[in-house]
Amino acid sequence: MAIAARDFRELRLDGMSRTFGVLNALKGVTLTVRRGEFIALLGPSGCGKSTALNCLAGLLTLSGGSVWLDKTRIDRLSPEDRGFGMVFQNYALFPHMSVRRNIGFGLAMQGRPKADIERKVNEALSIVRLTDQGDKLPGQLSGGQQQRVAIARAIVIEPPLVLMDEPLSNLDAKLRLEMRGEIRRIHELIGSATIYVTHDQEEALSLADRIVVMRAGEVRQVGAPEDLYLRPLHADVADFMGYRNQIRSRAVKAGNLVAISVGGASVQGTPVDATEGEVTVAIRPDDFKVAADGPIALTIESVQYHGREFYCSGRASDGNELYFQTETKVQKGDAVRLAAEPRRVLVYSRAAT
Amino acid sequence: MSEAVSPAPVEHLPLRARLALYDLDGVTLLALPALLFVVALFIYPFAYGFVLSFHPKSGGWLANYSKFFSDPFLYETIEATFRLALPATVINVLVSVPVALRVRRMRNRRILTTILVIPITLGTVLIAEGLLIYLGPQGWFNRVLVMLGIGQVRLVHNYTGVMLSLILSGFPFTFLLTLSYLTGIDPSLEQAAATLGAKARARFVHILLPLLAQGLAINLCLSFVQTFSVFPSAVLLGAPAGATRVISIAAYQAAYEQYDSSMASAIAMIMGFCQLFVVVLILAGRSFVYRGAAGGGKG
Repeated sequence: MAIAARDFRELRLDGMSRTFGVLNALKGVTLTVRRGEFIALLGPSGCGKSTALNCLAGLLTLSGGSVWLDKTRIDRLSPEDRGFGMVFQNYALFPHMSVRRNIGFGLAMQGRPKADIERKVNEALSIVRLTDQGDKLPGQLSGGQQQRVAIARAIVIEPPLVLMDEPLSNLDAKLRLEMRGEIRRIHELIGSATIYVTHDQEEALSLADRIVVMRAGEVRQVGAPEDLYLRPLHADVADFMGYRNQIRSRAVKAGNLVAISVGGASVQGTPVDATEGEVTVAIRPDDFKVAADGPIALTIESVQYHGREFYCSGRASDGNELYFQTETKVQKGDAVRLAAEPRRVLVYSRAAT
Repeated sequence: MSEAVSPAPVEHLPLRARLALYDLDGVTLLALPALLFVVALFIYPFAYGFVLSFHPKSGGWLANYSKFFSDPFLYETIEATFRLALPATVINVLVSVPVALRVRRMRNRRILTTILVIPITLGTVLIAEGLLIYLGPQGWFNRVLVMLGIGQVRLVHNYTGVMLSLILSGFPFTFLLTLSYLTGIDPSLEQAAATLGAKARARFVHILLPLLAQGLAINLCLSFVQTFSVFPSAVLLGAPAGATRVISIAAYQAAYEQYDSSMASAIAMIMGFCQLFVVVLILAGRSFVYRGAAGGGKG
């Protein structure tokens, strides 16, 4: 008897909104999630991603819009009637119950027979690889193990939708990488839809089928990880996806490309939503190449060693600070020249942001 | 001149460092005044009274105790006190739980808490006097009953009067304690239970109650000890010669009416033993409940 998500076709958020007093925490989020999809809600803290998750779980009521599971409207249901699995940021394991009773709690609430619960709990324990820890109390487990229990407890009720609220934020870097793989594996195993809240772009990129980037209660962009990584639609999304260099400039149309000024040098870039006028130019540090004939002259101000490469910042001739990455050893005070491919230099209208 | 510097033996740390290993440092000294207070105001009088109780005015060293347990006018005070203290404590603790559950979610919790704390600041005598007038034969309460044609109810100078006063003056304390235990339970535990399909009742029975049990036991102990030593309201609102002749009245009479401080000490010792007995019983029951942190996460 394997654990498999309850069958459904799609979850539809239709203008889901929530206000807290005068604060619009969530401004009409519309999104359709299909069964089996892994969605990451990505954004800085305070962007409304956790509010969205709590609204889906039923822990917060909506102040506008609706949520549909296929043809059933679910936004007025209480959390206990929704049957979604939720993994909390602090795990929220019941401290007075053994790991087994924690995992079996949801099944016991459904009034399942004892033998049935026993079997399902064993199954869940083996999925999260904690078979021999079942009789311990949560307090006796390590952070990573507690995390696994929280996941097991959420999936054992075979929810159509699993909600995860920054589940890895309390773990150390090594464990985070390991659990990331586990979460994706479990998601594929049970075939539910997973909505995963995070502020870590790397986590979102590596886990999700689709990423929903949020800012100030609004959805800024929805897309596959590659799309978001290579072609963010707005300068703020670009900023969040690691385009650390955001340079103000004026653009002049030059065929399919635009000519802009970066660090006092004339450079060609790809227009996203602006070909002329006041623009923001976004470039990832790793898209700069150190080249003897590069147009941009830079004096290095700080160098961080990141293992294989050096992460540097330098001052350009026009006073702008630029960030770049290089594999050749450089030092503070060195003068370098940088170049960037026009397709990696994204140009955004400044009015839009 | 070459002077060999002999390396200090590793195990020979300076005294200060060795004390620090046992968490003893300068700050520890700040506990001294409190310790002196406990010794001077609790341990010494207790020991003094204990010894005094075995030096009766007349008779052998156990004469006070045998006198107490052979005179129904004296030993029945134990039952009278239990009959007041136990129900009052249990009622207060039981009522405090639903009230605290509700208050926990209120936004202007401060106002309500302030209102509830007022009885503590007023003191038992003022409450007793107030109740005496309000519930008395000429008080508002009885006048309204008479006006409605129900007729007078006797609520003071008996068991009911003392009970009402104990509940009124004891509840705020019990409530605040329950509230603080309840707010100490991580709210995400209840939310997790809800997402797992537990209705409000199941969440209370399976999550809140087990995590609260520990706090409720402590609460029971503290309010029991408080109500067991009832004195002003038993005299003012009760029938101090009859149904509410509690053990503290017996001790008072021995000390200040018969001037037998040895007998009074013996009664106080018996009273202390009764309190200890109940507290130990409650704390023993505590070993059946979960006693760890009420948080759901690490740490």
